[in-house]
Amino acid sequence: MAHGVPTNEKQQIQRVEMCNITKCFPGVLANDRVCFDVNQGEVHALLGENGAGKSTLMRQLYGLYRPDEGEILINGRPYTFNSPADAIEVGIGMIHQHFMLVPTMTVAENVALGLKSSREPMLDLDKVSARIRELSQLYGSIIDPSAYVWQLSVGEQQRVEIIKALYRGASLIILDEPTAVLTPQEVNDLFVTLKRMVKDGHTLIFISHKLHEVMAISNRVTVLRDGCLIGTRLTSEVTRNELVKMMVGRDVRQLNPQPLKSGPVRLEIQGLQAMGDRGTEALRGINLQIHGGEIVGLAGVSGNGQRELAECLAGVRKTNHGTILMDSVDISFMPLKQRIDSGLAYIPEERMRDGAVREFSVQENVFLHDHASPKYTHGIFLDFARMRVFASELVKNFNVKTPGLDTPIKNLSGGNIQKLIMARELSRQPKVLIAAQPTRGVDIGATEYIHQRLLQQREEGIAIFLISEDLDEICVLSDRIAVLYEGRIMGIVERNEATVEQIGLMMAGISMTEAMQR
Amino acid sequence: MNDVFQLSVVAGILTSAIRLATPYLYAAIGEAFSQRSGVVNLGVDGIMLISAYASFYIVLNTGSIWLGLLAAIVVGLLMGLLMAFISVTLKAEQGISGIGLYMFGLGLSSLLFKTTIGTVKTVTGFQPVKIPLLGDIPVVGEIFFQHSLLVYGAFLLVPLAWFVLEKTTWGLKNKSVGQNPAAADSLGVNVDRVRYVSVCIGAILAGIAGASLSISLLNLFQDNLTAGQGFIAVALVYFGGWKPVGILWGALLFSTVNAFQLWMQVLGVKIPSDVAIMLPYLLTIAALAITINRVRQPAALNKPFERGES
Ligand SMILES: Nc1ncnc2c1ncn2[C@@H]1O[C@H](COP(=O)(O)OP(=O)(O)OP(=O)(O)O)[C@@H](O)[C@H]1O
Ligand SMILES: [Mg+2]
Repeated sequence: MAHGVPTNEKQQIQRVEMCNITKCFPGVLANDRVCFDVNQGEVHALLGENGAGKSTLMRQLYGLYRPDEGEILINGRPYTFNSPADAIEVGIGMIHQHFMLVPTMTVAENVALGLKSSREPMLDLDKVSARIRELSQLYGSIIDPSAYVWQLSVGEQQRVEIIKALYRGASLIILDEPTAVLTPQEVNDLFVTLKRMVKDGHTLIFISHKLHEVMAISNRVTVLRDGCLIGTRLTSEVTRNELVKMMVGRDVRQLNPQPLKSGPVRLEIQGLQAMGDRGTEALRGINLQIHGGEIVGLAGVSGNGQRELAECLAGVRKTNHGTILMDSVDISFMPLKQRIDSGLAYIPEERMRDGAVREFSVQENVFLHDHASPKYTHGIFLDFARMRVFASELVKNFNVKTPGLDTPIKNLSGGNIQKLIMARELSRQPKVLIAAQPTRGVDIGATEYIHQRLLQQREEGIAIFLISEDLDEICVLSDRIAVLYEGRIMGIVERNEATVEQIGLMMAGISMTEAMQR
Repeated sequence: MNDVFQLSVVAGILTSAIRLATPYLYAAIGEAFSQRSGVVNLGVDGIMLISAYASFYIVLNTGSIWLGLLAAIVVGLLMGLLMAFISVTLKAEQGISGIGLYMFGLGLSSLLFKTTIGTVKTVTGFQPVKIPLLGDIPVVGEIFFQHSLLVYGAFLLVPLAWFVLEKTTWGLKNKSVGQNPAAADSLGVNVDRVRYVSVCIGAILAGIAGASLSISLLNLFQDNLTAGQGFIAVALVYFGGWKPVGILWGALLFSTVNAFQLWMQVLGVKIPSDVAIMLPYLLTIAALAITINRVRQPAALNKPFERGES
C-alpha cells in the first residue's frame, strides 16, 4: 500500500466546490451561505478575523461537522461526509489549528492510527516507518519514526501532521493557521515544503492571519467576515490594504508612535540568572532598565530565554541569581499574587494554558484574579451586577465575539480567547506590564486595537516590556529594542537607530558593534 | 517443624496463590482494556457478582460447566453494554455510573440468590486438569500444572492481552481514544465504537472472573461472594501501569499475601483473623500510594468525548 503521491490509486481531486454552506452553533451563525472553491494545483488562502468562520468552514469540508445547509461537490459530484474517514477516503487531509497528535505514541504509531495494515489485524510499523522516512525526506528533513511525539519540537510535530495527510494519499490538504505556532525560521522551512507539494500536484487551502504569508504563497484569496463570504480575488490582483479592508470592513491605521519624555525607572533587572526546563542555563546575567512611559521590545529567535525571562519577572520561575526592582522595591522574592497586587501585569505566552480556565464562562474568566477586589464584593458576597457591567464593557471594547457572557470560553474561536485575556490584563492599570507574544494568533483588527491599547498605557506612564517574535511589531511599537541571544542581551538600540537587518544579525549572535557596521 | 513440612507449606501457599490470582487477572486485565480506551468502570465487582450467580445457577440446574461459563459471558456482555451506554453514549460521570453498576450487581445477585437458591449449596465446577509430563514434576508440577482450565486461561490471557493491545491495529485505536480522542476522531477512528468494544471486553472478562469464583475456585455462591475483589482489580490496573505484565505481578503479589493469610489461619497461627483478612486490602492501599505517582494514566481517562470541543 504505497500512498503519498496523489496520482496513483485514488482519483485525483480536480475541483472542490462548497456551495451556500450554512452552519449554526447555539447562538452563533458561524457560516452564512458561504461559497468556496479550489482547483487542482492551486494554493487558495482563506482570510478573516477571529471567529469569522474559517475553521468551521474547513471542518465541514473535512467531515468533522455536517453543514446545516449547502452542498459539497468534488469533481462535480455531490458528496456527504459523515466523518473524517469519508473525507480521507476521497483524498482530503487537514492540519488542524491545534495539533491532533497523541504525545505518548511514536511518530509511526500516530501515522498508522486508523489505517488498514498490510498484515491486518497486526500492525506493520516497519513498513509504515520506511514510508515515513521516504516521505519526510522528500518534503524536508528526515523524521525519526520511532521518536515519541512529545519529544518533538512544534515544527517537527507539524511535519508529522503533514506526513499523516500525505501518507493517506491526500491530494487536497487544508492547513488551519499552520504558521501561528512556528518561529520565523520554521515558517521558511514550511513554505519550502508547501511549494514542493504544490509542484508535485497537491492542492492546498491555507489559513493565516499574516498577510505577507498569504501574499507570498497563494494564487487566490477568499475573505470571510462574521460568517459571510466577502469575496474571492486573485492574489496577483489585490493589494494588502484591499485585503485588510475586506477583512475588517474599514481601513486599519498605520501606527506611528511619537517619542515621549520618559519617566523614572519603574522596572530594573540586575544580573538575572535562571535555569531552563531541561536544567540548562537559560538566562546568563540579564541587566535591563525600563522607564515609565516607555516600551522596551525584546527581540530574539524563540528559545533564547524569552519565556524564562518573562516567567522570572512574573514570579513563576525560580531565579538563581540577581534582583528585580519595581519602583525601587525588591520584588525578587514575592510570589505572583503579591507581584500582581503591587502593580505588575503579566500576559503569558501560553494564554490558553496559563491564562484561562476553559470550562469557565467568559465572565468568570474576566474575574479570575480580581474576584476578591472590594470593587466587586459586598463583604463575603460577589457583586454580580457590577461584575456583569464590567465584563460586558470589556467584551464590547475589545470586540470579543461571543454569544454571551455565560458561554464557556472553550466554545470561542482561538483568537477571541486571546482577546479576552488581553482585555482582562490591560484593564488592570498596572505599573509595569509584561506582554509575551500579545498578538499571536490574533487577527488584524484586534492587533491594531491591542497595539493602540499598549501605546495608550505607555502614555499613562506605565513601563511596558514587550516580548515578541514578530519583528515588525517590535519595531513599530518599541522605544528601545533589546536583542536576546543565548540568555544574554546582545545590545540595546533606540528605535530607528538600527535597521531590521541589523537587529536580525544580532538575533543570530553577531555582536552589536559588528552588526551596526554592516 | 521439620523441613518437609515447611516445603509442603510453601508449596501449598504457592499453589493457592496461583489459583487465587485467577479472578484478579481476568477482572484487572479486562479493566485495563476499558481504561486504556478512557473509561473507568468501577462496576467490575458488581459484574463479577451477577455473573458468578448466573454461572452458578446454570451449573446447579443443568450440570454443564460450559453453559455456566457462557451464562457468565452473556451477563458480562449485557452489563458492559449498559455501562457503555451510560458512560459513552449518555456521557455520564464514569465514577458515579460505575458505583451504580456495582450496587445494582450486588443487590440483584443477592436478591436472585435468596429467591432462586436460598441456602448455600455447592456444585461440581471446573476440575483440575493435570498437564501431561509437566504435571508429574514433583512440587513444581503441583504448584503450576494441576489447575482447572479457567486458571490456565487467566495466565494465558496475559500474553494474549499484551499482543492485542500492543501489536494490533485495534490495540493502537484503543490506546489513542484513551489518550487523545479528538486526534483519533480526526483520522476517522470511531471513538464511541472503540470505547463500546473496550468496555464490553472488560465486562466480559469481569464476568469470567465471577464465574472463576463460583464454578471453579469455590464452587459455591453466597451473598457478596467477591468481597470487593473487583475493586482490588481496579486498583491493580493502576498498580500494573495499564500493562498486562504489570497486572500479572500485582495479581500474584495480592494472591500470595491472600494465600499466606489463609494458610496461617488453617495452620492455626495466632494472628487475629480480622487482621489477616485485612492484609490484602492494606497492601492495596500501600502499593497504590507507592506506585500512583510513577505511572501515567491515559490522558483522556474519565473524559467523555464530544466532537468539536478542542
Ligand atoms: N463547537 C462549537 N460550539 C459552539 N460555537 C462554536 C463552535 N465552534 C466554533 N464556534 C463559533 O463559531 C464561530 C466561528 O468560529 P471559527 O473557529 O470557525 O473561527 P475562525 O475563523 O477559525 O477564527 P480564529 O481565527 O480565531 O481561529 C465563532 O464565533 C465560534 O465561537
Ligand atoms: Mg480557526
